[in-house]
Amino acid sequence: MVEAVVNAKDVLVSVKDLSFSRGSKMIFDGISMEIERGKVTAIMGPSGTGKTTLLKLIGGQLHPQKGAITIDGQTVHELSHRNLYRLRKQLGLLFQSGALLTDMTVFENVAFPIREHTKLPESMIRSLVLMKLQAVGLRGARDLMPNELSGGMARRVALARAIALDPMMIMYDEPFTGQDPISMGVLVQLIRLLNDALGLTSIIVSHDVQEACAIADYIYLVSGGKVVGHGTPDELRHSDSEWIQQFMNGFADGPVPFHYAARDYAEDLVAVD
Amino acid sequence: MQITRTMEIVVGLFVAIGIAAIFFMAMQVSNLAGFNDKEGYKITARFENSGGLKVKSAVTVAGVRVGRVSSIQFDKETYESVVEMMIASEFNTLPTDSSASIYTAGLLGEQYIGLEPGGDEDFLNNGDEIQLTQSALVLEELIGQFLFSKAEGE
Amino acid sequence: MVEKLQQLGQRTLELFEKLGRSSLFLLQTLMGTLEMLLRPRLVIAQLHSVGVRTFLIIIVSGLFIGMVLGLQGFTTLSDFGAEESLGVMVAASLVRELGPVVTALLFAGRAGSALTAEIGLMKTTEQLSGMEMMAVDPIRRIIAPRFLAGFISMPLLAAIFSVVGVIGGHMVGVGLLGVDDGAYWSQMQAKIDFNEDILNGIIKSVVFGFIVMWVALFEGYDAIPTSEGVSRATTNTVVISSLAILSMDFILTALMFGDI
Repeated sequence: MVEAVVNAKDVLVSVKDLSFSRGSKMIFDGISMEIERGKVTAIMGPSGTGKTTLLKLIGGQLHPQKGAITIDGQTVHELSHRNLYRLRKQLGLLFQSGALLTDMTVFENVAFPIREHTKLPESMIRSLVLMKLQAVGLRGARDLMPNELSGGMARRVALARAIALDPMMIMYDEPFTGQDPISMGVLVQLIRLLNDALGLTSIIVSHDVQEACAIADYIYLVSGGKVVGHGTPDELRHSDSEWIQQFMNGFADGPVPFHYAARDYAEDLVAVD
Repeated sequence: MQITRTMEIVVGLFVAIGIAAIFFMAMQVSNLAGFNDKEGYKITARFENSGGLKVKSAVTVAGVRVGRVSSIQFDKETYESVVEMMIASEFNTLPTDSSASIYTAGLLGEQYIGLEPGGDEDFLNNGDEIQLTQSALVLEELIGQFLFSKAEGE
Repeated sequence: MVEKLQQLGQRTLELFEKLGRSSLFLLQTLMGTLEMLLRPRLVIAQLHSVGVRTFLIIIVSGLFIGMVLGLQGFTTLSDFGAEESLGVMVAASLVRELGPVVTALLFAGRAGSALTAEIGLMKTTEQLSGMEMMAVDPIRRIIAPRFLAGFISMPLLAAIFSVVGVIGGHMVGVGLLGVDDGAYWSQMQAKIDFNEDILNGIIKSVVFGFIVMWVALFEGYDAIPTSEGVSRATTNTVVISSLAILSMDFILTALMFGDI
């Protein structure tokens, strides 16, 4: 907290010395991050580094073994069930799959959090839902069922649902994966636009370097359970670290070897098992 | 899931049919429609031997069921069986000198009490006792008597 | 040898852990169920998918079982010249045993497995997780209304089954084999006691409904979120709830009718 005051940064989410392991597999080994209010922060790293796990830790669905995550001054894993749910109302998490409720229409999906948490009259719910759908450009798709949507549309509906209750922060889990260039462009634009227009704080977990660099204000690179680098996209592009260079430019070989650990090639070929 | 009108109607129908089925079981399948223990009066009768009579066995007059046995006790002093019957209140015109016998429905059937109305002008009331009784026929005794009389006759 | 022992120990610990998790789950569900009384519309939707969709299979099986009872009972009873008691036999078998037990087994196969698959798939597609992140407790929103709907449906379905069975027995016994219509009903009414037979049958079906719902919903909620995990959970639901129903039936029968 003292650091934060010195740096005069407005930190919304702070991850302090966080460790988490699944069974014997260490996923995070003492990582620390600070996510500023009102900014778009990207958390990047190779696949399988537990980026989604980090979002679940922030959302309080998993508990850290060591360290803590504080959101707006509240330590997530120490909150009571009730306070945790109160906090979650202010958070939006966009799952990779969209996680839309399959037995409801698009309209009902977006209306779902509003109906669950408020007692607004039907006419007001309708206007609210249409506003949110308008924001993601899918007002015309309100009567479709989730299985009739393309992957990109499903994510946009999920985004409309995530902003339904006007949260203070939205977390995106791999929003660009498996999207065609057009829907990718739409999502990139939407994330930036919503962040600035609604005064949100956004966290993007991704391994798509180009798109993440295009909208992120700040980037954390995570690998092997540790933060290996952080900075603005420009700073990272011009970093001296070989690892960061390899990741940012997508070189096949480098500090992250192309080959999975094995014994010497020539030796392996002549060996008789 | 959207809740449509049809869905509500169908669910309503389902619940209604289910409740109707429970009602049908109570009224048509079981004895609930018959006699209610609360409405009726109790009379007792003493038998030398009440045989296979059980609690809830039928009590009939002229073959029509009018009540059921509510308890069977043993009198320690007279060594008799004291049978208490619950008679439905609508059958309140049984003369005080009626008699009670234990019969068997069919050769192997259940035993029941048959009441034979007498000629008295007074009617049985709650707590009254029937004086004239005839015990259950015990098959072994009958056979014994039959063999005995045969033997005597020869 | 030591390895086998270790495996045994591990299995036992896993079993206890699962029991603990399922008890906690049940507790949370029951708490959510009370809340559902304030939101009946959610329960109506589930009554439709749990109860109404099981209705047809219950009617058909009830009818056939009643007809078989009529046929079999007649053959046996006519040896003793007691065909008149056919009604009693059919009704007693249905009301005390077959109604609650067969309905519960069919209910586990039809509604229980469907619920497990539904909840398991919701978990696999992160719908439950997503709901949690929207600050909506999936146990209250998804599990509790289904539990309540199943709990309500079971006794109704069992009653329908028994009644249809009695009618089926009547069709065969009275319609085809010539048992006296009056004897069929009057003997039945004389022997079947409301408190002893019907009420106990209803209690059985309520208990079975509780078991099936608990097993089915927990298996779905606890499923490993892969297609293999969901399919295994679905099988588990049918196997575990069937065994639980049959063993529970023995215990209940011993308590109710056994004079133990």
